[in-house]
Amino acid sequence: MPAIEILGFEKTYMVGFWRKRPKCALSPLHLTVRDGEIFGFLGPNGAGKTTTLKLLMGLVFPTAGSARLLGQEWTDPRVKAQIGFLPEQPYFYDHLTAHELLNYYAQLSGVPGKERSRRVEAMLQRVGLPEVKGVQLRKFSKGMLQRVGIAQAILHDPKLVFFDEPMSGLDPMGRREVRDLMEQLKHEGKTVFFSTHILSDAEALCDRVAIIHKGELRGVGAVEDLTSSVQGKVEVIWQGTQVPTSMKALGAECHVTGDTVRAIISESQQDAAIDALRRERLRLISIVPVRTSLEAYFVEKLQRAETTAGRMA
Amino acid sequence: MNARIGHIASNTFREAVRDRVLYNLIAFAVLLSGAAILVGQISIDIEKLVVINLGLTAVSLFGIVIAIFIGIGLVSKEIEKRTLYTVLSRPVRRWEFIVGKFFGLAGTLVVNTFFMAIGVFAALFYVAHKFVRADALILIALYFIVLEFLIICSLALLFSSFSSPLLSAVFAFSLFVIGSFAEDLRGFAGMAHGLTRWLATGAAYLVPNFSAFNVISSIAHEQPVAAQLIWHNTLYALFYAAMALSGAVLIFEHRNLK
Amino acid sequence: MKQRRKTSIVAGACLVFCLAASAVTLHGTDQLRPQGTLEDVLFITSPKVLKRASLGYDGLLADIYWTRVVQYFGFRHHNHSLSYNLLAPLLEITTHLDPHLVVAYQFGASFLAPAPPSGAGQPERAIQLMEYGIQNNPDNWHLYYDLGFVYYMNLKDYKKAADAFARGSKVPNAHPFLRLLAAQMAEHAGEFDTARMMWTATYQNSQDKLIRQNAVEHLRSLRVDEDVTNLQEAVTHFGERMGRLPVSMSELAAAEGLPGVPVDPDRHPYKLMPDGRVEVGVPDDFSFATRGLPPGYKPVTKFHDLQP
Ligand SMILES: Nc1ncnc2c1ncn2[C@@H]1O[C@H](COP(=O)(O)OP(=O)(O)OP(=O)(O)O)[C@@H](O)[C@H]1O
Ligand SMILES: [Mg+2]
Repeated sequence: MPAIEILGFEKTYMVGFWRKRPKCALSPLHLTVRDGEIFGFLGPNGAGKTTTLKLLMGLVFPTAGSARLLGQEWTDPRVKAQIGFLPEQPYFYDHLTAHELLNYYAQLSGVPGKERSRRVEAMLQRVGLPEVKGVQLRKFSKGMLQRVGIAQAILHDPKLVFFDEPMSGLDPMGRREVRDLMEQLKHEGKTVFFSTHILSDAEALCDRVAIIHKGELRGVGAVEDLTSSVQGKVEVIWQGTQVPTSMKALGAECHVTGDTVRAIISESQQDAAIDALRRERLRLISIVPVRTSLEAYFVEKLQRAETTAGRMA
Repeated sequence: MNARIGHIASNTFREAVRDRVLYNLIAFAVLLSGAAILVGQISIDIEKLVVINLGLTAVSLFGIVIAIFIGIGLVSKEIEKRTLYTVLSRPVRRWEFIVGKFFGLAGTLVVNTFFMAIGVFAALFYVAHKFVRADALILIALYFIVLEFLIICSLALLFSSFSSPLLSAVFAFSLFVIGSFAEDLRGFAGMAHGLTRWLATGAAYLVPNFSAFNVISSIAHEQPVAAQLIWHNTLYALFYAAMALSGAVLIFEHRNLK
Repeated sequence: MKQRRKTSIVAGACLVFCLAASAVTLHGTDQLRPQGTLEDVLFITSPKVLKRASLGYDGLLADIYWTRVVQYFGFRHHNHSLSYNLLAPLLEITTHLDPHLVVAYQFGASFLAPAPPSGAGQPERAIQLMEYGIQNNPDNWHLYYDLGFVYYMNLKDYKKAADAFARGSKVPNAHPFLRLLAAQMAEHAGEFDTARMMWTATYQNSQDKLIRQNAVEHLRSLRVDEDVTNLQEAVTHFGERMGRLPVSMSELAAAEGLPGVPVDPDRHPYKLMPDGRVEVGVPDDFSFATRGLPPGYKPVTKFHDLQP
C-alpha cells in the first residue's frame, strides 16, 4: 500500500480584487510515494510545493482531484492522527512556552495523558531544544521555532511526516541534525515527504524525488536513476601541478586546483591514462565514474520546460 | 463533550488570560469603588440604586467590549498568523475548532463576570451595610448579562470566520447597538406595510434582540423578574448563539486558508 | 469531502432550526412582556437626564421615542384602554430630545387632551406641551392652531382659544383661516360649522395617519350630529303641521320634499323610531356622534382599519 497517492490534484486560485482572474497553482498532479521512503519534492520558488502540501493537509480545498493517505481518504480525521506536518516558516501561539504548545498539540492528537509530558520532553531533546522551559515562544529565534515545528510534527509518533522546507532557517549544525533525524525516521519505518529547493539535501537524503515547476510535474524517480552515469566518462584525479602531454594527448579536459589535477576522460581510455600517470610518476588519487548531479538534472529539466514553453508560445 | 473541544477552549482561555484581558477588572474595581465611595459620602438615599445601575451597566459594557475584541480575532487572527495550520493538520475537525473557540471565550467572560459580580456585591455592601432578599435579583440581571455575552461571542466569531478583524468589530458592534433597539425595530416594522413590513419584520427577528435581557433598571427598583422570562431568555440566547455558531461553522468549513 | 458535506448539512439544518426556534421564543417573550420597556414604568422619566445620556445622539433617540409614542398609543387604543399615563411623559421626552419634532406636538394636542377612551384626558399637559413647542418653534402656525384647538374642543375656553388663534395669525405665512377662527371664537356662533372647519383644518394640517384618521372620524360624527338635529327638527315640524308623528322616514322625506330617504355618511338610512326619535343605523360606526344614539348607548371607540 503506497503511503501517499495523489490522484490528479488541481488548484486554481482566483486572484485580483474586483475582476477575479483564475491563477493555476497546480495542474493535475499524479504522484505516488511508497511506504517507508524519504521522498523529496523539488521545485523552484512558486512551483506549487506548498500548495500541494496544503491540499494534502486539508487546509485548502482542491479545484479537482483527490488523494489517499495511508490507504484512506485524505480528509478523514482518522488519517490525521497518523500524520505529522511542518508548515513552511512555522508560527505558533506565542503566548505559550514550547512545553505548553507541544502539550496542547499532544492533546489534540490524542496522545494519552500519562505519556504526554514524557513525550514532550523527549521531543524537545530530539530537536535540540533542551533548555527552553518557561520561555514563551514569542522570544524564540527563527531557527528555534523551526525546531519546535519539527518537534510538533513528530510528537505523536506519526506514520507519515510532511515537512515543508525543513532546513530553512537552520544553522549548519541544525541542517545536519535534521538530516540525521529524517534518516532515523526512515529507520523507524516512517515515510517522510519533504519539499525543498536545496538540492544537495535531497541528493543526500532521498530515495526518490519529484520535480515540479509551474504547477506541473517535470520528473520523478530514484535519485540514482536521475543522476545515472553519463555514458562512459570517468573522472581522474592526481597529485601534481602540471598536466603531462601524454594526458593531453588522450583529449582530456583538465582543471588544476592547488596541488591536484582533475581530468575527465572516456572510460575506454582509463587504462592508458593510468599508465601515463605511472610513467610520469604522478600519484593517482581517484578514478570514479562521472554522474550528473541532481542539480544538473534539475536545471536541465527546467530549461527544457522553458524551451518547450517558448516553442509553444 | 468532545475532549478536543475542551482543549481548544482551555487554550483560548489561557491565551486571553496571558493577553492580560483580566486587567480590565482593575479598571472596573477603580470605577466601582470610586463611585461607591462618592455616593456613600453624599448620601442622597439612592446610593444603592446608583451602585446597582452603574455596577451592572459596567459589567455589561466591559464584557461586551471584551467579547467583541477577543471574538473578532478568534478565527481570523489564527488564519492570518497561520497558527491554524498545525491545529487543523491534526485530527481536529473544523467545527470542533469553532465550538472550542466559542466555549473558550464564553468561559473567559464568565470568569470575568464572576469577579465583577463579587465587586458589585462588595460595593453594595459598602453603601448599604447589609444584604436584603431583593439583592438576589442582581444575580438574575448578571445571568441575563452573561446570556447576552453568549450571543455577542457567537456573533463576533461568526464575523471573524469570514471578515477582517476591523470589519468584524464594526459589524459586531453595530449588531449590538441594533440589538439593543430591536424592540423598536419591530415596532417600526409593525407600522410598515406590504413588502417593507415583511422585510423589516424578518430583519427584526434576525438581529439579536437584547431588550428582554436588560433588566438592570427594573431590578434596581426591586421589581421582580418573571420566572418565565428567565426561561425564555435562556432559550433565546442558546438558540441564537447556536444559530450564529452554525453559520460560522458553515462558512469556516468551506474556507481555504491563506 | 464526504465528512465536509455531512458537517455542512448538519450545520445548515441547525442554523435553520435555531433561527426558527429563536424567533418563536422571541415571540413568546413578547407575549410575556407586552410593551416590555414601557410597562407603565419609565425608568428614566427625566427628559434632561435622557438627553445627557444620549451622548449627543439625541436626534436618533428622539426618533426612537417618537415611534414608542405611536406604538404605545396605538396599542392601548386598540385594546380600548382607559389609561394612557405614559403618553405625556413619552411625548415630553421626545420633544425635549428633539424640540423641532412638530408632529409630536400635534399628536399631543390630538390625543393628550380628549377624555378616555379617545385620549389621555390631560388637557393641561397638552397645553404645556404646546406652549413648549411654540417656544421652540415660534414661527410654526400649526402649533398655535393646535393650542387653540385644545382650548376650544377640550376646555371650552373660547377666550383663550381666540387668543391662541390670534397669536398664530400673526406668524409670517400663517394660514388666513386663523384670523377667521379667532373671530368665530369671539362670537362662538354656529357650533357645527366651527367644529367642521376645525376638524377639516386639522386634517389638512397634519401628515400623521392617526391624527388624520381621528379628524375624519370626528367629521363623520359631526355630519351625523348635524343630520340628526335637522331631521329631529323636521319631525317636530311635521308633528306641529299634521298633529301626529310621521309613520316612516319615507313619509317624513316626502312631506319635507327631500329627494329620498336621508342616509348617513356610510349610506345607511336614518331610522325613525315609533316615539319620533331619529336614530343612526349603526351607532358603532360613529365613535364621536352625540346624537341619534339609542337610549343608554355606550360608545366603543375604534379607528377603522387601524393597525396598532
Ligand atoms: N492564496 C493564494 N492565492 C493566490 N495565489 C496563490 C496563493 N497561494 C499560492 N499561490 C500561487 O500559487 C503558486 C504556487 O505557490 P506555492 O506557495 O505552492 O509555491 P512553492 O513551491 O511553495 O514556492 P516556495 O519555494 O517559494 O515556497 C505561486 O505562483 C503563488 O503565487
Ligand atoms: Mg513553499
